[in-house]
Amino acid sequence: MSDLSPIGEAAPNETERRIVEMDSHTINFGPQHPAAHGVLRLILEMKGEVVERADPHIGLLHRGTEKLIEYKTYLQALPYFDRLDYVSPMCMEHSFALATERLLGITQDVPERAQYIRVLFAEITRIANHLLNVTTYALDCGAITPALWGFEQREHLLEMYEMTSGSHYHANYFRPGGVAKDIPAALPEKIERWMAQFPAFLDELEGLLTNNRIFKQRTVDIGVMTAEQAMEWGFSGPCLRASGVAWDLRKSQPYDVYDRMEFDVPVGRNGDCYDRYLLRMQEMRQSLRIIRQCLDQMKPGPIKVLDNKIVPPTRGQMKRSMEALIHHFKLYTEGYHVPAGSTYTVTEAPKGEFGVYLVADGTNKPYRCKIRAPGYAHLQAMEVLSKGHMLADAVAIIGSLDIVFGEIDR
Amino acid sequence: MVDALENDIRGLIADRLPVAFTRERGGAELVLHVTRDALLPLMTLLRDAPALDFAQLMDVCGVDWPDRPERFEVVYNLLSLTRNERLRVITMTDAEQPVPSVASIWPTATWFERETWDMYGVVFAGLADLRRLLTDYGFEGHPLRKDFPLSGFVEMRYDAEVGRVVQEPVKLVQDFRNFDFLSPWEAMTTLPGDEKVHLNRIARPEDEKGDKA
Repeated sequence: MSDLSPIGEAAPNETERRIVEMDSHTINFGPQHPAAHGVLRLILEMKGEVVERADPHIGLLHRGTEKLIEYKTYLQALPYFDRLDYVSPMCMEHSFALATERLLGITQDVPERAQYIRVLFAEITRIANHLLNVTTYALDCGAITPALWGFEQREHLLEMYEMTSGSHYHANYFRPGGVAKDIPAALPEKIERWMAQFPAFLDELEGLLTNNRIFKQRTVDIGVMTAEQAMEWGFSGPCLRASGVAWDLRKSQPYDVYDRMEFDVPVGRNGDCYDRYLLRMQEMRQSLRIIRQCLDQMKPGPIKVLDNKIVPPTRGQMKRSMEALIHHFKLYTEGYHVPAGSTYTVTEAPKGEFGVYLVADGTNKPYRCKIRAPGYAHLQAMEVLSKGHMLADAVAIIGSLDIVFGEIDR
Repeated sequence: MVDALENDIRGLIADRLPVAFTRERGGAELVLHVTRDALLPLMTLLRDAPALDFAQLMDVCGVDWPDRPERFEVVYNLLSLTRNERLRVITMTDAEQPVPSVASIWPTATWFERETWDMYGVVFAGLADLRRLLTDYGFEGHPLRKDFPLSGFVEMRYDAEVGRVVQEPVKLVQDFRNFDFLSPWEAMTTLPGDEKVHLNRIARPEDEKGDKA
């Protein structure tokens, strides 16, 4: 206004300070936004269309899983793990089953077939997870076809879940000491049939996205994370490998029969959203190799440890043996007691390092069960990743991080 | 592997820091117990010493032991990619004494420490952003403490009359059942009425495990 002051009027005091409203505003992204992949409330401070500050507010799906587990026996605690990362349920169970086995000291006793089945389903789950992530990520970037195609393939994988465990999603299939029951005889053939057509599907999917001009414009050089940054922000899994760190727990700290599997660890170079996409596509092909090896190498045999103090007897035994009946009753009321001790056990879940810090105090319930979710660390870096990018890029970054709120909020 | 790691750490610390070494799970996992004052120097050393190179902090969490004078353990799980080894660092505190924040060493610690504050009420000194993380806005209490009931204290519902969500004290239609499974089937060595038998016997020592220290 000062330059418009009428002639003859005194000039405004030069020391007078005025508060000027900057061209910035804060927007609420979510919690009910389809691109927020669940219940993410992201507070974005924008300068024009550029993100200045990103503050994720999480916890809207907090169910107190860790507290609930402290009040459940080890067997009852297992189904909670399906509900963490509900996109890849069996991989979540894997960590808890391994942690309990380690505290019980029965890691060596788990039968070979059970270990093969667990690896087989861990890889089926990895493909199911990456299918969902890659296709919905493409959806966030404006491509609708991949999602329509991908869900069909994912459905086949979930049918395998259902054949084996009886449930489409919440399988509750991996158990401390093995798996709940043997795979049905028809499953290997079903997997074979599915595997015969899946590489062609992957090629088609890549044909839709990898060289797609729009997809590349949305993802290349967006949300770049250097290797050093990725390490100090606690990244793991595909997000760490996309930044050029060749680190895969299946290779470096193998569990179950991963040490017998032959597969490559794809590594990215740029650490941007596009590399994270490419990496997941490659990982699906590697998972196929592992599934193939599991099917070839698996031999008939027992599928859980033979100690009836830990795993329940079969229905048939229960009908004939009094001891088996008592074991069954005791296991499903009291459960087994785990010797005092603690362990931090990790597996390479599809999203990264999924860890369980389990403290046992010698009773039948975990004293403390901390769940370390990979997506938690990834989402925390949202501000670093999205600062200086456009609002639409924030959506691409969230998609590329593979965020699922079940595991982040717990 | 764990032995070599322990020797390397001992060599680098060389009695400058008060660190106690224990093992968990039959010696397979190395645990360092450290006082709050020595936490930051130790963590900086673990990250920066080229022979150790614990560049990644994977997890921070609390554990509540109400019987101890300093009831909260803060547990740090570290990972070294170059050594391919993991390490656990544990420090103790109570509800008042702050633990120095390691967010300046690993920025990823911020959320993990916020969560520990949220769940246990452990205060972190030097953490710029000590807000609640997982619980609701306006939540009171620290739910993972052992003296916090599983059902909580308040429950929420939408009240159509006032037209908003209201909080009320928890009312359970059925009492929460928490069975005592320290079962007489295996654990009861003395029959009721036969307590006198112990006067003639030497009591068996309680088997104490390392992690209770």
